[in-house]
Amino acid sequence: MTSDPIEDLVRKELGRIAPDVDPGEIDRKGDLREECDIDSLDFLNLVTALGKALLLPMPEADYPKMRSYDALVAYLRTSRHAPDSDASPSS
Amino acid sequence: MGEFRMPSLGADMEAGTLVEWLKAPGDRVARGDIVAVVETQKGAIEIEVFEDGLLERTLVGTGTTVPVGTPLAVIRAPGEAAAPTPTPEPEAPAPEPVPRPEPAAPPPASGERLRITPLARRLAEKKGLDEARLRAIAGTGPEGAITLRDLEAPGEAPAEPAAPMTEMRAAIAAAMARSKREIPHYYLAQQVDLTPASAFLAAANADRAPEDRILMGALFLHAVTRAAREYPEFNGHFTDGAFHPSAEIHAAMAVALRGGGLVAPAILDAGACDLASLMARMRDTLGRVRTGRFRARELSEATITVTSLGERGVDTLYGVIQPPQVAIVGFGTPAERPVVRDGTIAAAMTTTVTLAADHRVSDGHRGALFLRAIDRNLQEPEAP
Repeated sequence: MTSDPIEDLVRKELGRIAPDVDPGEIDRKGDLREECDIDSLDFLNLVTALGKALLLPMPEADYPKMRSYDALVAYLRTSRHAPDSDASPSS
Repeated sequence: MGEFRMPSLGADMEAGTLVEWLKAPGDRVARGDIVAVVETQKGAIEIEVFEDGLLERTLVGTGTTVPVGTPLAVIRAPGEAAAPTPTPEPEAPAPEPVPRPEPAAPPPASGERLRITPLARRLAEKKGLDEARLRAIAGTGPEGAITLRDLEAPGEAPAEPAAPMTEMRAAIAAAMARSKREIPHYYLAQQVDLTPASAFLAAANADRAPEDRILMGALFLHAVTRAAREYPEFNGHFTDGAFHPSAEIHAAMAVALRGGGLVAPAILDAGACDLASLMARMRDTLGRVRTGRFRARELSEATITVTSLGERGVDTLYGVIQPPQVAIVGFGTPAERPVVRDGTIAAAMTTTVTLAADHRVSDGHRGALFLRAIDRNLQEPEAP
């Protein structure tokens, strides 16, 4: 586990979807779907779970901002603090 | 009085292991109740009962591996008196006879091919039995084939099941080898413009919460079920030398498993689903694939298969038909590719849709019309 609650959440949900992948081992800047070998339904399930846990809408139009592990964590952090604005994490 | 038997969940299945009874003797059961869980090469399968009645007694204990068709329990119909032991002649219909593949060619006169079932062959390998040892065994299976049972010494506990992956690979190998041996495949391909489908999904998903969003895969499946309604010769089973079209469309989705292997559970009566319910059924079915729990009918009753490479695949997929089905539709990875519009080349999101179909049932002309219907349906994604 990490010291960051958002990262802990991402790791927990990734672990549900890809139990054979260690999030500590992946390339955090690489394409998340490639790194964790997840398909579009896995990704949708991940987005669904994260959105529910953090009360975020996770719009499809923002998927490009969630491409890598780091981008996803940054996106969640920014969106959480500015849920109504067009949160745009630096990538 | 009926007997509840080990079902056949596909032409390649020979035996299953009873893992759990979910009903006990004396329990009432109703048609559709799940009464037992069986471990097969394809994972744990929940088995339903097909009649109402009382579970009088179980005939097979948990942990026991029995061949397909073996009675597992006796079910007493409502109002029927308790049966005297021993078991009366079964009156329940036997499970669908599994058509045995004919040998591809007559065996050579000398050095006749060793007849052994795939499961038995695996066990023989595990036990280190060479061909000479195997030839000394008098097989009790069809045409004297050596079966799993023949390799188990009397009194010996049933062999430990092989690792799940190996079992699954054996199941895939048996089904696909039978397919290539028996089914004269023909193949067609069509590049399909996904611009309208992508726009439709972007608009439809814009206001949806993640749990209600629709994936391109559901649109593909929907396009196929709509087309199969128009072209019934691609939906059904080829058994006993004839094609039997199916009134319902039970569309199987081929799913790659994490860690390897492949299963293709069906969405039962997918033809009656609109797009949103198809997506919900897809999510439910694929969720259960992950936990390795399907229902028996989801594996045995598929009438057509759809297979999709998803977003991280390659351009084109050439499917192998799952017997006794007669068609498989494949979708390559959607990507931007050049298309010609009004005489100029433009970049557009496209996929290559392929059809592998059974020449005993249909010809390329009808296959082409079927593929074009799928194409047309994807150009009108909002149609019911």
